[in-house]
Amino acid sequence: MPTPLPLVPQLRGASAPTLKIQLPSRAGLGLKPEHFQEILSTLPDLGFFEIHAENYMVDGGPFHYYLTRIREHYPLSIHGVGLSIGGEAPLDLAHINRLDKLLDRYAPASFSEHLAWSSHGHVFANDLLPISYDQPTLQRVCEHIDQVQTHLKRQMLLENPATYVEFATSTMAETDFISEVIRRTGCGLLLDVNNIYVSCINHHRDPYAYLRALPHAAVGEIHLAGFAEDIDAAGDPLLIDSHGSPVAQAVWQLYQYALDCVGSVATLIERDNNIPPFDVLLAEIQQAEHLLRTSDSAVPIAQETAA
Amino acid sequence: MNAQFFEALLDPGLLPPAGLTTWNSSDPAARFAVYRNNVIVSLIDALADTYPVTQALVGEEFFRAMARLFVRQEPPRSRVLAFYGESFPAFIETFPPAASVPYLADIARLEMLRVQAYHAADAIELPADVIAQSIARIDELPELRIKFQPSVGILCSPYAVVSLWAAHQGITDISTVDPDVPENALILRPQLDIEVIRLTNGASSFIALLLQGKSLGAAHEAASLAADFDLTDILGLLIQTQAISSMKIH
Repeated sequence: MPTPLPLVPQLRGASAPTLKIQLPSRAGLGLKPEHFQEILSTLPDLGFFEIHAENYMVDGGPFHYYLTRIREHYPLSIHGVGLSIGGEAPLDLAHINRLDKLLDRYAPASFSEHLAWSSHGHVFANDLLPISYDQPTLQRVCEHIDQVQTHLKRQMLLENPATYVEFATSTMAETDFISEVIRRTGCGLLLDVNNIYVSCINHHRDPYAYLRALPHAAVGEIHLAGFAEDIDAAGDPLLIDSHGSPVAQAVWQLYQYALDCVGSVATLIERDNNIPPFDVLLAEIQQAEHLLRTSDSAVPIAQETAA
Repeated sequence: MNAQFFEALLDPGLLPPAGLTTWNSSDPAARFAVYRNNVIVSLIDALADTYPVTQALVGEEFFRAMARLFVRQEPPRSRVLAFYGESFPAFIETFPPAASVPYLADIARLEMLRVQAYHAADAIELPADVIAQSIARIDELPELRIKFQPSVGILCSPYAVVSLWAAHQGITDISTVDPDVPENALILRPQLDIEVIRLTNGASSFIALLLQGKSLGAAHEAASLAADFDLTDILGLLIQTQAISSMKIH
């Protein structure tokens, strides 16, 4: 039986007005309405559930009914998909207020969002779009994260993206960009291992070197998911972050390496499409839990830090 | 940068934005197409989730082609997608290829009302004795203003929307449904489950008038013009389904 995580706030340093609460170092699962009743009737032994914030920005009904009851038994991670932190436009204040209300209501152990943008003007694209890694974008992303953390009075985790194109205007590596955002804002890192693998294949990089280049101490959660395979115009592999299949073997291997680097950290199995029976997802949870337990006793690989 | 990227994302007739690069110098258009596809497919999927019976009536291929045109014409204006496609029924109504299924738009209206009822604020139950007391004051009855639970919605259609919808839930046999029989629907969610109830013409105009804020007396007078109106029946139904949230004289 999982026990609810005690909500013990640890105040950060003077610069960030943030509440830092952590998810347990266990495997968790994305919460899907298909599984509401089964979860409540069986109370499966897993570490936490994660929801997409926007799905619960409704007034009432079964979503809130079931989430309230599930929250009584499990720690919760709230994961935003619509804030458009990387966008050129100012953040949507009404949306930050909706997030604030949701976080107040469910007291999650973690709140995270993406290094991406998703809206322009009044139109919302419902996708995580890529950004150029340059100084003006860095400045803007940091301002947006400051605004979110100040408004929500808590630290947020920022997820590394899965991307399919890059920009001629980029002047720094994605890992340098993310490291600098974390250094300047005090936000944490949601290390999406599938995204690392997908992006590194798509841009012909070494996923292990990418992983080494990120600030390991900032990792507050790990995501694992499945990808789809395609090819680009030159016939080279193009992986798509589809969340529609089991976690690939290459991603499990990279995950093992991530655990070697960062130690045992809360790990989410994400499945948003082709959702299988609950048992199938529990098997992936158990695989992650096994690796987490093994890494628990190991000493993380020391990370060189820049002077 | 955002503007050019975004325009090209939603308009397949435009070239991908300038300034995209790929490690192997391959044409970025193929990679940009992944974003285009993610946006369109995820939004079509959202419509398919909201409108399953609409899809069943015309088939998946037709539905997705129609939804694709709608998504391009009316992409979401909200970061919350629960109610995306509220204007899809109106789009269907003026979509010439769907004209051969004249009841399609009203079926879609019924499905959107169900989604709205599903996510509406929870009902605050009005105790039975409060209702009994309100109704007992006969002389004040015409001045009563009835308010409904947030999930309550009605639909008046020249087609058999309730029967057609029910046939697709396996509740009735589709072969027994005459689509050209006008039907009215009351949609609400007393607890966790949504109910779809067929109403008489009198009952639906009565509820419609109350929803507009008319007094019980005024609604009664207007609805009584319908031959099938029965005040006792409709009040009984509204009480039984816990549709009423308040009854006050003001």
